[in-house]
Amino acid sequence: MTSYDVRADEERLARERKKIVRDGPGLTGARLARRLERAWNRPPGLLGWLATVDHKEIGRRYIVTALIFLALGGALALVMRLQLARPDQDLVGAARFNELFTMHGSTMMFLFAVPVMEGVAVYLIPLIVGTRSTAFPRLNAFSYYMYLFGGLMLWGAFVLNVGPDIGWFAYTPLSGPQFSPGKRADVWAQMITFTEVSALAAAVVLAATILKCRAPGMTLARMPLYAWAMLVVAVMIIFSMPAVALASSMLISDRLVGTNFFNAWEHGDNLLWQHLFWFFGHPEVYIIFLPATGFVSVIVETFCRRPVFAYPVVVLALISTGILAFGLWVHHMFATGLPRVGYSFYTAASMTVAIPTGLQIFCWLATMWDGRPRLQVPMLYVIGFIVTFVIGGLSGVIIASVPLDLELHDTYFIVAHFHYVLIGGAVFPLLGALTYWFPKITGRMMDETLGKISFWMIFLGFQLAFFPMHFSGLLGMPRRVYTYPAGLGLELPNLLSTIGAFVVGASVLLFVVNALWSYFRGVAAPDNPWGAASLEWATSSPPPVYNFEHIPVVESRTPLWDEPDELPVITGLRVDEKEMLMTTVVAAAPDLREPVPLPSLWPLISAIATGVLFISSIFSPWAVAVGAIPAAIALTAWFWPKELKRHPEPVLS
Amino acid sequence: MIRPVRFTEDLSTLPTHKFGPSSLTWWGIMGFMLIEGVAFGLVFAAYFFLMGHEASWPPGGRSPPNLLAGTLFTILILLSEIPNTRIKVAAREGDVPTIRLLMPLMVGIGLVLFVIRGFEFDSLNILWTDTAYGSVIWALLLLHTTHILTDWYDTVVLAMLMRTPVAYEERRLVDTDENCMYWRYVWLLWLPVYLMIYWVPRL
Repeated sequence: MTSYDVRADEERLARERKKIVRDGPGLTGARLARRLERAWNRPPGLLGWLATVDHKEIGRRYIVTALIFLALGGALALVMRLQLARPDQDLVGAARFNELFTMHGSTMMFLFAVPVMEGVAVYLIPLIVGTRSTAFPRLNAFSYYMYLFGGLMLWGAFVLNVGPDIGWFAYTPLSGPQFSPGKRADVWAQMITFTEVSALAAAVVLAATILKCRAPGMTLARMPLYAWAMLVVAVMIIFSMPAVALASSMLISDRLVGTNFFNAWEHGDNLLWQHLFWFFGHPEVYIIFLPATGFVSVIVETFCRRPVFAYPVVVLALISTGILAFGLWVHHMFATGLPRVGYSFYTAASMTVAIPTGLQIFCWLATMWDGRPRLQVPMLYVIGFIVTFVIGGLSGVIIASVPLDLELHDTYFIVAHFHYVLIGGAVFPLLGALTYWFPKITGRMMDETLGKISFWMIFLGFQLAFFPMHFSGLLGMPRRVYTYPAGLGLELPNLLSTIGAFVVGASVLLFVVNALWSYFRGVAAPDNPWGAASLEWATSSPPPVYNFEHIPVVESRTPLWDEPDELPVITGLRVDEKEMLMTTVVAAAPDLREPVPLPSLWPLISAIATGVLFISSIFSPWAVAVGAIPAAIALTAWFWPKELKRHPEPVLS
Repeated sequence: MIRPVRFTEDLSTLPTHKFGPSSLTWWGIMGFMLIEGVAFGLVFAAYFFLMGHEASWPPGGRSPPNLLAGTLFTILILLSEIPNTRIKVAAREGDVPTIRLLMPLMVGIGLVLFVIRGFEFDSLNILWTDTAYGSVIWALLLLHTTHILTDWYDTVVLAMLMRTPVAYEERRLVDTDENCMYWRYVWLLWLPVYLMIYWVPRL
């Protein structure tokens, strides 16, 4: 490169730098919007659609895909409930039933719950923190495609009758080479790899966005509680998901290349699997639950028309829940036999985690007490959440006690407990949140009457489906049995559960019908239909591709309430290329102007290459070495600049 | 935006690059380093969990891995920090010629490390199929090999990019700085791995 004349090129750059267009008092309104659209719009057509790096498009795809998996997982649940409606039925056999509960659990945990929470955050977080894009938007696109391919692989295998049948936590030795010949367990293990790569990538995207991309003035002490919740969740994902990825890699290598991690005959240990799995699996529960507490804080604040009571307490509760969640995993293993000290420690830790959760609940109740609650659909879901989650939380606290856990372990009591905390604790707030942000995402309001009907149906149907399971569990009905004999007193609770399950199914269907109807025919939504306080409501509904014409400045925790008439903004960002603002981590002082990557097909191609590697490694370990080559090429092309010349200011092409 | 705006501050003079925690990619790399660190930490935990069951380690009176290759590897990867630091300083000073000179050296050191690593696999005195001990030390060594492989490849791509005029863009200097930071992480993580493969079985 001796021919490159640095000085001459720098003179050219200085000249070009003068031509850069920036927003400001002289460039605002419709003229600015046209400029920004030109810079931020992706190319039209299918290729542009696949190449998008817009967090709103990716977030919407995440949400829709996750809801499709929810419907699929829910359909499996209905088949199981039909089978269990009466004793001694043979609608499905034992082997198929094993596949059904494995697919149901794996789909709900890995393909619905975590991705939907990440998807909502991918859509909302940049709007809530007042910026134009997520950090690393191409990584974000890659993360979605990895998730999609993992889900397609799992369901493709199920349709081809090689779906996993080893339970969603795939205990060894059942899932090991001796007791699960064939490919079913390998499909499960690689689905884990796909979804963990995806979730970890999204976690890095979200953490970096929350830490570095907040609007100026949005200090950590002013950050909306939903952003706090997602920050804690992102860090939890980073610390917990490597455990399950590692465990599933060990499992697949035991199965394919003859390692002995879980082979007791060769000095391995099956409990190692349980430790690694639950070191992920317990934090996972909070990874699903904490985003929901973020939704609740937002909805309570908006619908009670006052800031959430004791903001610092809620933030500290989120953080301490995130930390305590890593000290509980052994309570899933009480039945394996542990030293006495282990029992005492994990019982105490499991009970302790109820404290920060309880604090949050009391803060929400105090907010409602002191505010003027409006009982619209999102708020109804919050109330349904509090009632249901408290029941599930209490049944959780009592089974933290070892003697009771040993009695109830692997019974329907446990099934009732975790559906109370997961559906009550996460799905109810999620449905409330979807109703709440639907106008922002689509520009239309969801129908209030249909919304109320589906709320009451799901709330009551849920209690009908899952409350009787406490009794079937106390009567001794084990989980994961495909049928039960008559005369044990299990007929009534099971029949009630089945009826309730179908009511829940119908209510979710009604929710979808309402969403579709409202999407096409709903009342047009104003910018801030609920009179909310946070920044996403300062832009139009739906937001333009660049989110905000000027980057807002934040001077309080509830900016739109404290300054109702005008929006303070900063100026000076480029508008002829994609650019966003970086601020400092704690004080959110302006720090850097950062170029935003242009749309690119390489994240998709990288995901395809990685996907081919993962899937073919089920069949031959050599696929890892051979498949790494196209993956490395695709990842290189992703980062390699499209023109090897300098720009007046950095551009990521 | 329908809401009327009030202009506060103009940020057009704000820089477009900074080294260290101001940089967005620094946070991205930190995120991935944490993920990898947790993965290594869990393999360490699995190692000690398995070891805790055994009367002797390695189990069954096998000999521990031979020391020569692994120790050579350790010495060389520690020495590689000298050019690595020089590149890092050059990046911060905008000294493109030094970067262009030394990055190929780092690529070459990486190649030598791979050769030694090959001998390391040969000196473990056990296959991954023999006992969980064999599985876990192979896992440690393989995981670390993946670690150096990814950063080595990253260095190759960056070294090529730094041969072009783009090298004078300050953001590429930040990339170079952060690549050096990552290499430090790679060899720092190697030290406990080295102890666990070669020395813990000798305790």
